[in-house]
Amino acid sequence: MIPTDGQAAAERAARESYGKLLAHLARRFRDLAAAEDALSEAFAAALVAWPSDGVPGNPEGWLFAAARRRLIDLARRAQTAARAEPALILLAEERDFQTMVSSPERPGPDERIPDERLGLMFACAHPALEPGVRTTLMLQTVIGLSAERIAPLYLSSPATIGQRLVRAKRKIREAGIPFAVPGPEDWAERLGAVLEAIYGAFGEGWSQDRGLAEEAIWLGRVLTGLAPEDPEVLGLLALMLHLEARRPARRTEAGAYVPLDEQDVGLWRGDMIAEAEAMLRRAAAMQRPGRFQLEAAIQSAHAVRIAARPVDWAAVAALYQALTAITGSPVAALNGAAATARHQGAAAGLAALEPLGDALSPYQPYWALTAHLLAEAGDRAGALHAYDEAIAREEDPAVRDFLQKKRTAVGGNVEG
Amino acid sequence: MKFAILVYETAGAFEAREAPEQRDAYWGAYTAFGGSLAQAGAITGGAALTPPGSATTLRSRGGALQVIDGPFADTKEQLGGFYLIEADSLDAALTLARQCPSVQEGMGSVEVRPLLAM
Repeated sequence: MIPTDGQAAAERAARESYGKLLAHLARRFRDLAAAEDALSEAFAAALVAWPSDGVPGNPEGWLFAAARRRLIDLARRAQTAARAEPALILLAEERDFQTMVSSPERPGPDERIPDERLGLMFACAHPALEPGVRTTLMLQTVIGLSAERIAPLYLSSPATIGQRLVRAKRKIREAGIPFAVPGPEDWAERLGAVLEAIYGAFGEGWSQDRGLAEEAIWLGRVLTGLAPEDPEVLGLLALMLHLEARRPARRTEAGAYVPLDEQDVGLWRGDMIAEAEAMLRRAAAMQRPGRFQLEAAIQSAHAVRIAARPVDWAAVAALYQALTAITGSPVAALNGAAATARHQGAAAGLAALEPLGDALSPYQPYWALTAHLLAEAGDRAGALHAYDEAIAREEDPAVRDFLQKKRTAVGGNVEG
Repeated sequence: MKFAILVYETAGAFEAREAPEQRDAYWGAYTAFGGSLAQAGAITGGAALTPPGSATTLRSRGGALQVIDGPFADTKEQLGGFYLIEADSLDAALTLARQCPSVQEGMGSVEVRPLLAM
């Protein structure tokens, strides 16, 4: 069911509020799980009270007060001294809050919830948390997605995802991970982890459409709003928008796989590409290159086809070279080899591929590219063998199909 | 919050404690580290330990208590000492702990763990 504009707006507003409220509560109480429980009880109470009493003038203030009361109750009943200390802080604030003219039922118009989601995002991507859990934590806390919604992303069960989240939140509480923005010394490295976590939500399940690309882009926009001066933040959003813009062209109506250079650019979303380009220009003006800006620039180079211009393969190859230098990623080197082949021919591409065999042997695209270039260079037997290796490593049936067709086009009746 | 900074050291680091050409630098570094913790008002306790060769381990196996010569596990890095500190958050504790000499390449590692509130 496609949400109406009104519904979409309400959902966006609910997400904004949820994330901001949770960040605000979690920062003081440092117990994410307790804050989540308190907040969901507050939302439940609102669903009962507001239809009869009317929506309060400051709904977020109402929800925050309700959740905070719940957390204070929880802390009063907590056995250990360690849990009581943050509650004492909250109690003091509650006293101050009560002495204000407003009451929790009619919170004052000035009790605005500050946006502390940046601290929440940095906590979710903290180095003390194992990398595999950071994306799920961010999706649950900043957006409010349930374990049910997240589990398909990892081909896992809600129970398994739920357990990992419980462990992570316990670690945050027990180890003293703060909900704070790091200082300049650690900023670049810690931000890198946040960006990776968001990109993880985008990339996981991308080709099989089981991903959460829309949610990842939403997180990217939130981050852009909270940290607009960092070019890598803009670079990540530009990258995701570029990739998402081409989604409608990635499959035929029948579900067959369409590689990039065969896509119908008329199906690409020009509005997303335009926004991505604007982001990238803003980032480039800051003159602090980085991994995500380079990746976005590569996608930008492909996107020129929407204006009926040919791709500048020399530029793409140079960008991949810079990316490989920064990241040391063999996948980046692989894509660079493909661009080199476009620019300088199959032999040059194969030469660029040669040192990558050890690192990339399990990776289907390595074999697919090798096969393609060998076929171009006239080595049919080698190409067939490489296509076999590629097909053996590919799980997606649509992509296997595509590779099989290419193999057939090379092979004819040759046994490989 | 209260944290323990557990200092793990390589065999080379333990040797540096005594070696004539290295010991001044070694103890100087630890004196400076302890000093920086004190200056930050963070330190509440701690001690250096004698090398693992002087350790004795007790454990029960098959119903009998064993007394064994040596540290509890035969690992490349061994516990060399600990500091007890107070810090607002893990990040604050890590900022202090990362200056510990055993964090340097080849010297060992540092574990930062909160104390259990009793």
